[in-house]
Amino acid sequence: MSTQAEKQDPTPVPQRKRSWPAISEDTEFFWNGVRDGELRVQQCSECSALSHPPKPICSACGSFELGHLAVSGAGTVYSHVTFHKPPSPGFDEPYNVSVIELAEGVRLVSQVVGVQPGEVAIGMPVEVEFTEVEPGLVLPLFHPVAEAGGEEDVRG
Amino acid sequence: MFVDSQWSNKTAIVGIGQTEFSKKSGRSELRLAVEAVKSAIDDAGLRPEDIDGLATISMDTSAETDIARALGMGDVTYFSRVHFGGGAACGVVLQAVLAVATGAARNVVVYRAFNERSGKRFGTANRGQPVGAGSEQVSAGWTNPFGLLTPASKVAMFAQRYMHTFGATSEDFGRISVVDRKHAATNPNAWFYEQPITLEQHQQSPWIVEPLHLLDCCQESDGGVALVVTSSERAADLAQRRVSIAAAAQGIADDQHSMTSYYRPDSDFVGLPEMSLVARQLYKTSGLTPDDIDGAIIYDHFTPLVLPQLEAFGFCPVGEAKDFIRDGNLELDGRLPLNTHGGQLGEAYIHGMNGILEAVRQLRDQSCNQIDGVDHMLVTAGTSVPTSGLLLSRS
Repeated sequence: MSTQAEKQDPTPVPQRKRSWPAISEDTEFFWNGVRDGELRVQQCSECSALSHPPKPICSACGSFELGHLAVSGAGTVYSHVTFHKPPSPGFDEPYNVSVIELAEGVRLVSQVVGVQPGEVAIGMPVEVEFTEVEPGLVLPLFHPVAEAGGEEDVRG
Repeated sequence: MFVDSQWSNKTAIVGIGQTEFSKKSGRSELRLAVEAVKSAIDDAGLRPEDIDGLATISMDTSAETDIARALGMGDVTYFSRVHFGGGAACGVVLQAVLAVATGAARNVVVYRAFNERSGKRFGTANRGQPVGAGSEQVSAGWTNPFGLLTPASKVAMFAQRYMHTFGATSEDFGRISVVDRKHAATNPNAWFYEQPITLEQHQQSPWIVEPLHLLDCCQESDGGVALVVTSSERAADLAQRRVSIAAAAQGIADDQHSMTSYYRPDSDFVGLPEMSLVARQLYKTSGLTPDDIDGAIIYDHFTPLVLPQLEAFGFCPVGEAKDFIRDGNLELDGRLPLNTHGGQLGEAYIHGMNGILEAVRQLRDQSCNQIDGVDHMLVTAGTSVPTSGLLLSRS
């Protein structure tokens, strides 16, 4: 198990640009993992069901005994948008936001980086990277990889 | 559990009121609410002291106390609010129906008023840092840090996958906008009165969040609306022709999130299971079928989600809304005239509640764009959030 996280201070801080995540006891394992370079998905200790976003109970079997699975970080783009307006602190418009479907079958919202937003497409293979997008805020972002079977990084 | 059909048509909307719709009202939100409420009570031929129930959307800033005090309502025995923004638009009417049907109140006013353009704008990116770790703040942490900051961006994510799955195009979305603006053009109360648009103008309007153009997005508006619900028996003695509430329903479906239900099976991602739940209830409670519906006020904060709503209510098969729209069915002389007031793209964005007033006008034969032979109107509330709907009938 991970160590108890130092909770991110929710008080508005002028130097912060992006909206930082609020973290609860139910979700701190995810953000601890991100800080440590590991993408974690909630997994029920009883029935092994995966769930994201995390819940305080396993909705498959009703167990409160919850752990997590460190996933591979491989996935595909499930849907995507290109954000143009309004201007938002911490972002350079236009930028991509995507729903990523992980190889393990769960989805999460992230950004595909390393390509122009217009090049992102549904079905594009991607893998996770951990990026400090501004001082103190590490996020799990994704970049394209070669089609399944290849190892080449298409970012060039 | 569905609302039992014994409540069908036992309550009615007997009064409607609204302010002007603008971009800068110059008045307090409370003043707008009081003006709309007073107008609705006057329209019904009631007096403020006859009103003993109030219902609104949880985001509304005007307290029941301030409205009751301002208008001299005296004793109020029922007051209730519904969460999830525009998804509550018809849910607040359900609150009124239940209150009247159970006797908790006799005459309930439903209201919504805001300065959404000149005051706090919902379309502005979420710049605030989440404070506290309540479930809604924690949920925002799965989207906001990654730049999914606005309602438009959250809806665009659904639209992209819908287009990919069913072959719908930006032009199909644009046709909704064109119909809305066509109807607004002949509605003097609409902000875009006498300002229709073409599909080319839609296509040339700037990107907000691809695949959404500016003209896929509803307006930002200042204004207020209100309506009065009472029993059908009392309604018979009042000033206006009553409009019967055939059914009202709410819905939260499996794995529902507020605007970001991105974790569902494929068929639900490109559908609106919460709206399908509302549809099943409305049809069951009222005994009506899609063929009975003569016109529809479909929630149009963003055009793409009009399409799966048409499918959820069974007006066309899943994935075929684009064809239903291309065939002209949403025109005033079509199978299902859409948003005859101009919708939230054309008339105003009052969290969908201005559309309920238009359905009432249709059933009173008072619309600027009157549907021939209209007997039953559908109204839907905000999509991608927990939602609600209404079926209204001519008495």
